[in-house]
Amino acid sequence: MPAPAQHRLIFQHIDEPGYSNDIECYLRNGGYEVLKKAVTQKPEDLREEVKKSGLRGRGGAGFPCGFKWSLVDRKSGKPIYLIVNADESEPGTFKDRYIMHQDPHQLIEGTMISCFANDVKQAYIYIRGEMPEGARILEKAIAEARAKNLVGPNILGTGYSCEIYVHRGAGAYICGEETGLIESLEGKRANPRIKPPYFPAVLGLYQCPTIVNNVETLCHVKHIVQQGGAEYAKIGTPGNTGTRIFCVSGHVQRPGYYEFPAGTVTMGQLLNDVCGGPLPGRTFKAVIPGGSSAKVLRFGERYKGKRKVGTDMVDYDWGVEDVPMDFDSLAMIGSMGGSGGVIVMDDSVNMVEALANINAFYQHESCGQCTPCREGSLWMKKISSRMVHGEARKEDAALLKSVADQIPGRTICAFGEACSWPTQSFLIKFKDEFEGYAEAKKNLPADRLSLV
Amino acid sequence: MSTPTISPSVNLKPETLARIDEVITHYPVKRSATLPLLHLIQEDAGYISEDAVLWIAQKLELQPINVLEVVTFYPMFRRAPIGRRHIKVCRTLSCALLGGYKTCENFQKEFNTTLSATSPDGEVTVDFVECLASCGTAPVVLIDEILHEKVDAAKVKQISAQIRAEAAARK
Amino acid sequence: MIAAPKPDLVTVNIDGVDISVPKGTNVIEAAKLLQKDVPHYCYHPKLSVAGNCRMCMIEMGTPAFDPATKAPVIDPATGKQKINWIPRPQIGCGTTVSPGLHVKTSSPMVKDAREGVMEFLLINHPLDCPICDQAGECKLQEQATGYGRGYSRFIEEKNVKPKRTQLGPRVTLDDERCILCSRCVRFSKEIANDDVLGFVDRGSYSTLTCHPGKKLENNYSLNTVDICPVGALTSTDFRFKMRVWFLKQTNTVDIESSVGVNAVVWSREGTIYRLTPRRNDEVNDTWMPDSGRILYKQVAATDRLTVVKLNGSDTSLDIALHAAAALLKAGSVSIVGSGRASVEEQFLLKQLATATGAQGHLVARTATGDKLLISADRNPNVRGALVTALISQLPCAELKQLSREIDEGKIKTVVSHGEDLLAAGLTAAQLAKVAVIYIGTHVNATSAAANIILPTLHTFEKAGTFVNQQFRIQKFYAAVPAPQGATNDLVVLAKLVASTGTHPPASEVHALWPAIATAVPALSTMLYKNIPDTGLLLDATPWAGLPFVEGETLHHKPAAPVAAEAARS
Repeated sequence: MPAPAQHRLIFQHIDEPGYSNDIECYLRNGGYEVLKKAVTQKPEDLREEVKKSGLRGRGGAGFPCGFKWSLVDRKSGKPIYLIVNADESEPGTFKDRYIMHQDPHQLIEGTMISCFANDVKQAYIYIRGEMPEGARILEKAIAEARAKNLVGPNILGTGYSCEIYVHRGAGAYICGEETGLIESLEGKRANPRIKPPYFPAVLGLYQCPTIVNNVETLCHVKHIVQQGGAEYAKIGTPGNTGTRIFCVSGHVQRPGYYEFPAGTVTMGQLLNDVCGGPLPGRTFKAVIPGGSSAKVLRFGERYKGKRKVGTDMVDYDWGVEDVPMDFDSLAMIGSMGGSGGVIVMDDSVNMVEALANINAFYQHESCGQCTPCREGSLWMKKISSRMVHGEARKEDAALLKSVADQIPGRTICAFGEACSWPTQSFLIKFKDEFEGYAEAKKNLPADRLSLV
Repeated sequence: MSTPTISPSVNLKPETLARIDEVITHYPVKRSATLPLLHLIQEDAGYISEDAVLWIAQKLELQPINVLEVVTFYPMFRRAPIGRRHIKVCRTLSCALLGGYKTCENFQKEFNTTLSATSPDGEVTVDFVECLASCGTAPVVLIDEILHEKVDAAKVKQISAQIRAEAAARK
Repeated sequence: MIAAPKPDLVTVNIDGVDISVPKGTNVIEAAKLLQKDVPHYCYHPKLSVAGNCRMCMIEMGTPAFDPATKAPVIDPATGKQKINWIPRPQIGCGTTVSPGLHVKTSSPMVKDAREGVMEFLLINHPLDCPICDQAGECKLQEQATGYGRGYSRFIEEKNVKPKRTQLGPRVTLDDERCILCSRCVRFSKEIANDDVLGFVDRGSYSTLTCHPGKKLENNYSLNTVDICPVGALTSTDFRFKMRVWFLKQTNTVDIESSVGVNAVVWSREGTIYRLTPRRNDEVNDTWMPDSGRILYKQVAATDRLTVVKLNGSDTSLDIALHAAAALLKAGSVSIVGSGRASVEEQFLLKQLATATGAQGHLVARTATGDKLLISADRNPNVRGALVTALISQLPCAELKQLSREIDEGKIKTVVSHGEDLLAAGLTAAQLAKVAVIYIGTHVNATSAAANIILPTLHTFEKAGTFVNQQFRIQKFYAAVPAPQGATNDLVVLAKLVASTGTHPPASEVHALWPAIATAVPALSTMLYKNIPDTGLLLDATPWAGLPFVEGETLHHKPAAPVAAEAARS
């Protein structure tokens, strides 16, 4: 079955000829009408709409947005902050970049609606340092919105005031973790906090209740308020509502961004129909479905079991191509939807070398606070690096797996899972390749593509 | 307690100082302005000097160690001057799969330099960075503040020629 | 004494045993109450919780309730409420007790977690044990033995970081050994109020340091050495001097000020190697000032008095005591006791004063307190002199009354117990008018001018008690033997008392106490052997009106405003 049509909800105007990122263009296309409507409604009603919509966070964790908002401590008397997590750094992900550079006002409108819905008077956009142009574009957009009384004091004459400031990061992936981000915003090293007790909804920025939401998630809020939560929930599939933006990269003919109703496209449809299949003369070997932290899938393997469809338990027997691209299905077969970053590897890739590349990334980005991640990520990197550039031993495969098994569930934040799941899954799915690498290395072409 | 240090001096443009004072007002707690101040000073002076660390500490009423901890945590901040143009090549998986390492090697050859070292003519420093969030157009290179996409061998040559032309025009 | 209010108690279940603990207790402390050790590095009972070492991980579960009816869910197999065990281990330091919390401190999951963390801590740790001072008291050694896997699988190159940096005048830092627990950083910021330490760089290359140009030199810097679980922060004074397993530990009390910091003397074969703090949650928590630690060097100082002298010539103790007795019998005696003497010594001095009709004096030592563990009163035991009635008013820095009496010719003999009278306001001319019996430890201007010198013991060489600023009586014990030629103060004083015709008192602490308990009202309810190591509060009401000089320090808030200026005269 060929892939369904894209549903460009968030990405409606991305790469549209003639569309510019200034406020005039946005207003001409119906911009800020939803904000004007939202400020006439009650904040708790807006929050209820988001709950009804079933929106799940688009940053990688897929945590229900309405539920997250309901956890905010509204009784403490402390100011409530909202932080836009624009620190897009998950390898394979590149959707927020387009939103911020080409359609920044959609983000600002979504942010302002979310702020109003949560009695927030001060919001920050934490944008990664490597997007300096994006920061400038956002600052200009905020200034334009402020000039039209859509941001700042006494918005649209309602008496509600909310200011947004842009805050630039400086090259740390761990700032994507919400408590790491909060620490960084406070001017410190981005060491994530222990939860309990530092849940951002209660003790966040400056120990005040704080909401941290991904860029794309906040854009969805605008559309939810526009059409109502129940209407929005009709898009996608139950439990995975709305649209999903997939960022496909690696060894496909047409890498890029594609927006579909969640759960309506399978991996095979996405990679073959939409992205044009593998490069000439190549076959698909492996795919990471949700950003490099997600567990890898090996083409040729099968997933069997029972799953709930409506009220029935139905058998499923899937190959990689058959897996529907939604949070629940991907979790069920042992991976995750994550940030939607799909990285494709074909048969030219040596999995040991690919893993060495991933391990080097995580080792570099580990904040170093807690023992398992700090030492474990470095050890895994040293082993895989040695295997590629130095002496590889057959027992290194079991050693890598054993080291990786000692990390997840033992760390302060999810980086422990993020740095160990690739190693664990690569070693389970491609054990033969790791054990045989010492021998195979001797016959690999010396001028092959370097991955580490 | 240690003896008080003499007031550190940094030579910043008046616009930078004005922006520094403005950005501090964005936060209820002064310490939050550490990262913005580091960005502003690096854009002005090219790098973060020892005096800049002390200056920021004084400005934000922090201990020097508080600022030093932050400067060394975030790789974007440089402690010493680099070449005039900063070529940052992404080395994470998607870009590596499409030849990122070769791109980096080619840039180094074009400017007769090695990784993280400044070229002999002082024009260029080539560095690796982690995922720049543009994997669909890999291999990706960030040169100063402009993102270059699909930088294959041919494009490396093209970009390098442009850099050399701009350098010559400046002389 | 008013009993402390009863805290709210919470019942939890640890390894199958129910225990009720005060609300707010964390799981590590709760387990300790059942004698169960939960290994940890970054947790410290007196510092904020960091939760970064991940060694204290244990298995936890909470009782199951039906979400709709809120009724407890019963496990049919056991008939008891079902426990929802959390599938991932949780840290004990960061978890406070909640009703019905179930904890397993040893299970396959916990064992695996500990072995994992232990292995990770050791892979970049240098093989320094043979040259590391921490050996024998190193948490890494202890927990690797107790909870580690026992063998290494690491064949890569270890990280290289700066070694043997002088972080400050008293502390040496070895960054390779550091396990990044951040105890020292938290201590410097939260307790010592000197935010100089921090981590630079990132990940496994994170390195502890001071900012270049700043030093870890505050007066509490050595506490970071105590709390460092490994040999990263070490004492420069103690470096390479002795292996800790050879050292004997003796409880003592710091003589630096009236705070009465509880401490431990570490000695071997008569030599003291170092002092460390002893935990007392009512006095000093687990901390001690650096300046108090180095006082042990007084013991072996070259200006110790070790020869009994009579009119400038060496003599025996008996002959000198005989001569002293004669002087005392002649009357017109004045006795200058010391705020550094023990309660027992002050008691005997009081007996001597009564027997000879002499007035008792003390010399005050005051300086600004540091609001932490050094009070404004630099005598450890002025209150002992009050309690034993040796004095009835707070002392001054100058002996004005004695000075006047000497000028008026009313004094023939002055007994000084370790105080330099010339530094306390008397002149050489005045001293020349009287006979001086000097009972003390070190040479000073008064001992040089004394008729009789009776060398006695330093605090670390004898046993006794002090009464601190809280009116808490605390014990100290003899750690090292006295140098040849010096005699225990109690022996000397008892003999002097006996020579006046009074019934000879006992000359040893245990034997003397029954007499003290009988004679001293404030101590009438106690037996020496029952005074706990953390001390006992006395009833201070008889002295409530006195203008004590101490201001606020850790665990001490004076009741009335301090008459500091008036007292410091």
